[in-house]
Amino acid sequence: MSTTLAPQAAAAGAPSGTRSKAKTRSWVGFTFTAPALFLLVVFFFIPVGLCFTLAFTNARLISPEPTQFTGLDNFQRLFEDPLFWKSLRNTAFFAIVVVPVQSALALLLAILVNGQGRAKNFFRTLYFVPVVTSIVVVSILWRFMYAPQGLVNNLLQMVTFNLVDGTDWLNNTSTAMPAIIVMSIWQAVGFHMVIWLSGLQTIPSDQYEAAALDGASEWDKFRFITWPGLKETRTFILVTITIAALGLFAQIQVMTSGGPLDSTSTVVYQAVRTGYSQQQTGYASAISLVFFALVLSISLLQRFLTRDKDVR
Amino acid sequence: MGQHLPRSIVKAVAVAGATAMIATGCAKAGTGGGDANTLTLWTHNGGNKAELAIVKQIVKDYNGSQDQYTVDVKAFPQESYNSAVTAAATSKKLPCILDTDAPNVASWARSGFLAPLDLPQEVVDKNLDSTKGIYQEKLYSIGYYDAALAVFAHKDALEKAGVRIPTVEEPWTAAEFESALDKIKKSGDYDHAFDLGTGDSGTEWWTYGYSPFLQSFGGDLIDRDGYKTADGVLNGDAAKKWAAWFRGMVTKGYAPAKSSVDAFADFQNGKSAMVWTGIWNAGPLGEVKDGVALPPPDFGNGPKIGGGSWQWAVSSSCAKKDAAMDYLAFSLDPKYLAEFADKQSVVPATEEAAAIAGNGWEEGGSKRFFLDESAAFAELRPITPGYPYLTSTFAKAAQDIIAGGDADKILDKAVTDIDADLKANDNYGN
Amino acid sequence: MTTTTAAAGSRRAPKPARKITGRMIGMNVGRLLLGMFFAFPIVFMLVSSLKPDEQIFSDMSSLKAFLPVGDLSLENYRTTLDTVPAFRFLLNSIMVSVVTVALGLFINSLAAFGLSRLQWKGRGLVLSLVLATLVVPFETFALPLLWWVNHLPWLTHQGFTILWTEGWIDTYRVQILPFVANAFSIYLFYSYFQSIPKELDEAARVDGASWFRIYRSIVMPLSGPAIASVSILTFLPAWNSFLWPLMVVQTEELRPVMLGVSYFFQLNVAWGPMMAYSSMITIPVLALFLAFQRSFIGSIASSGVKG
Repeated sequence: MSTTLAPQAAAAGAPSGTRSKAKTRSWVGFTFTAPALFLLVVFFFIPVGLCFTLAFTNARLISPEPTQFTGLDNFQRLFEDPLFWKSLRNTAFFAIVVVPVQSALALLLAILVNGQGRAKNFFRTLYFVPVVTSIVVVSILWRFMYAPQGLVNNLLQMVTFNLVDGTDWLNNTSTAMPAIIVMSIWQAVGFHMVIWLSGLQTIPSDQYEAAALDGASEWDKFRFITWPGLKETRTFILVTITIAALGLFAQIQVMTSGGPLDSTSTVVYQAVRTGYSQQQTGYASAISLVFFALVLSISLLQRFLTRDKDVR
Repeated sequence: MGQHLPRSIVKAVAVAGATAMIATGCAKAGTGGGDANTLTLWTHNGGNKAELAIVKQIVKDYNGSQDQYTVDVKAFPQESYNSAVTAAATSKKLPCILDTDAPNVASWARSGFLAPLDLPQEVVDKNLDSTKGIYQEKLYSIGYYDAALAVFAHKDALEKAGVRIPTVEEPWTAAEFESALDKIKKSGDYDHAFDLGTGDSGTEWWTYGYSPFLQSFGGDLIDRDGYKTADGVLNGDAAKKWAAWFRGMVTKGYAPAKSSVDAFADFQNGKSAMVWTGIWNAGPLGEVKDGVALPPPDFGNGPKIGGGSWQWAVSSSCAKKDAAMDYLAFSLDPKYLAEFADKQSVVPATEEAAAIAGNGWEEGGSKRFFLDESAAFAELRPITPGYPYLTSTFAKAAQDIIAGGDADKILDKAVTDIDADLKANDNYGN
Repeated sequence: MTTTTAAAGSRRAPKPARKITGRMIGMNVGRLLLGMFFAFPIVFMLVSSLKPDEQIFSDMSSLKAFLPVGDLSLENYRTTLDTVPAFRFLLNSIMVSVVTVALGLFINSLAAFGLSRLQWKGRGLVLSLVLATLVVPFETFALPLLWWVNHLPWLTHQGFTILWTEGWIDTYRVQILPFVANAFSIYLFYSYFQSIPKELDEAARVDGASWFRIYRSIVMPLSGPAIASVSILTFLPAWNSFLWPLMVVQTEELRPVMLGVSYFFQLNVAWGPMMAYSSMITIPVLALFLAFQRSFIGSIASSGVKG
């Protein structure tokens, strides 16, 4: 972020002295964003718009009946549905645990393997393995680890000299979600490690060298150089992990189907189940719309909280 | 320095372009139909070599038998076949001929995806009832075979526990079954006396596999008298008894609440004495030295197994329906049906086919059990366009019951949901 | 929270070899333990791909699951190649993923450049629009998207005549184009570009360079880590896509690798061949990752920033 030349390259809007030059004609800036914007409009905004219109109808996936406009019926039904509130609570719980733990863990891993050398390359790749392994294989493996006579319980017995017996992790309403959390963090942490790494790369090495000459401890280096230098990356990681956590779906689909007793049902899982297996397109769209509104407000809140307080 | 970055991007683009050319060069991806005399055929056998080979053989024979039409096979993996068909249906891209899982036929027929079949009556009459998809008195689909469920058991376990071996004529009573489980459990030789196979995270297995028990108790997913409500059948006394029994299997320690991802493999490895599975595992069962297939117990309303497997239909958007019908009639030749029964453990759809099949299907043969069982106990899943909602609701209820939820509440909620859905859809035209 | 080589990515002359200390050994043992924890699925996958189905399950309850013991053979790989046109699928996936990455790198970095380096009217609005796209999971609008791409036009040619065709189902483009513009990538580039001093642009502008020239010759060459991350970030979902190709690809010749996994889920699942197939589609990605990061991470000209 900061460099020898520009100790304060501000994030939003260049420093006032250069503003006049940085102002360009609108069309130049717009031209740069146009291709991406065009694709987003065609492949995102239009279909999502379609999806949101469907939320106010009784559309079904396949039906000979014409679709009718039903106003807010779907939303009324949704807010009276205990499963929706339960899914919302589960999703929130998942996100509240996963966001801080996973970002911290990913940063720790990134610092461990930052730098050059064959060994570090090798470890980086190892930590990345779960990210690229098919979710099907991963879920089979973890289902076995979590089984009553599985590896997790065997290990527990070994470590505690048979004092702790373990449980049927995925089939116990109080342990199913934590089990999914552990597996999810394990699976995705390598991905965010890579993003932290790219952030670490932006910190000029001479700052560390200067600090080393001053006899700074590792902790001081982290506090005064690494942490401030990761400001942009931090925001990015926070927002992306939050969004990924709120969109929890694949693990639930292959590991628990939302069970036992809805203890792992999440909002997206509910939307997909309603839309595909129950074929209630309209209702599923309403769930998606509510979900969208929620995530958007959370992201905006996060952006507001992490905005450049320290610059000005 | 840094100069190699843009260059490597350029290189990447070049590679991509080259790959694209190679790929498209040999793909020749036609857009759907091809020429007017090509009939596209979709099947769920992607990855199932034996069955796909027979389908391809039929197509090859048919294409060789006349020179007007060409049938072109596209295979999908079974696990994702239904999603692919639904997607194609919503985007009006259905092929001419397609196979479908039996319980979906009514829903697709009512939505206008399927054309009623126009086949010679004498051909249709030969087939088992459970291999025909009939909706509102019209035939929309016909199958080459049926599947069948059974209790696969280690004979040694039963003999050691002194349990009578049941037959189709004389199945276990509920009490007999209970005591058999108890004796096996007390022997302590197995982790589980009876693995229900609850590890499946898909929907359809839960309905196909466990609603027959409900029906054996005297309940059902929906009142088949008019298909207008589930009240009293899915939450009546019979259904509550079923729920108590189902959950009891877990609480009494006979069955795991959540089976492993492959319950049959656990049975093969001697972890369970019995497993609830289907004819598709009959082949591997033959390799288990003391493996036997047994009929399910009678819980008061007769033993029941799920009926209706994969069947063939013609889409309403097909431009050459008569050719498609011609192909279907051609493919129902007993020699092909026998081939399926032979190569793919499945119940042949006609007596004729069973007679020529061999490989255990002949009178008194080892596979004959499945044919007798199917004829005696097969119960079709409810024939209603509302089936997708029914099955998804029932599957969730069954999952919640086995996980130890309050059965009365769960069943009442399922009934409320199903009835609300029926109301919202004007009883699906029933 | 400590590092052995604090001077991360330093491109100075090699330092004198450091003494091997107890702490370093400790660090490496720690790294290795972590590595084992993360690598065990691939070990399990590779080992299982050599075992018959039954044995995979009988080994499951002990550490044997991770050891190549028992009845080992390459039989599963033979079955796999019989069941699935694996090489064709691999080729399709490579092609779809590489094109998605290449186009994505270009289009998204361009957009991020416009948003981060230029002040213009409507910039805030465009940025908010881009960020808004992050929050809708793909599953929730896949169906409307399917309906929509089925109505999109496309230009084809037969000989020398150009024709409008309708519908994108069953093509490569339908697997690529919807995923090219990506808010994650734009945002990642955007955050990274913020760390490149704007003075560099100023200087170039004074020399009369066009904005595109600045993008090409100043900003992009300094953005190695961002390019690496974005490539990985785009490549993975493209490689792992399942739901979308399932809905839009009907011809086997056009299917990507992930659809191949379901070929093994018949009513009696072929676990061994599935593990063999999964190994075949995972190893190339890891190899690619290894090769890729070597060319980017650590090769960054931190000196370029020093004016």
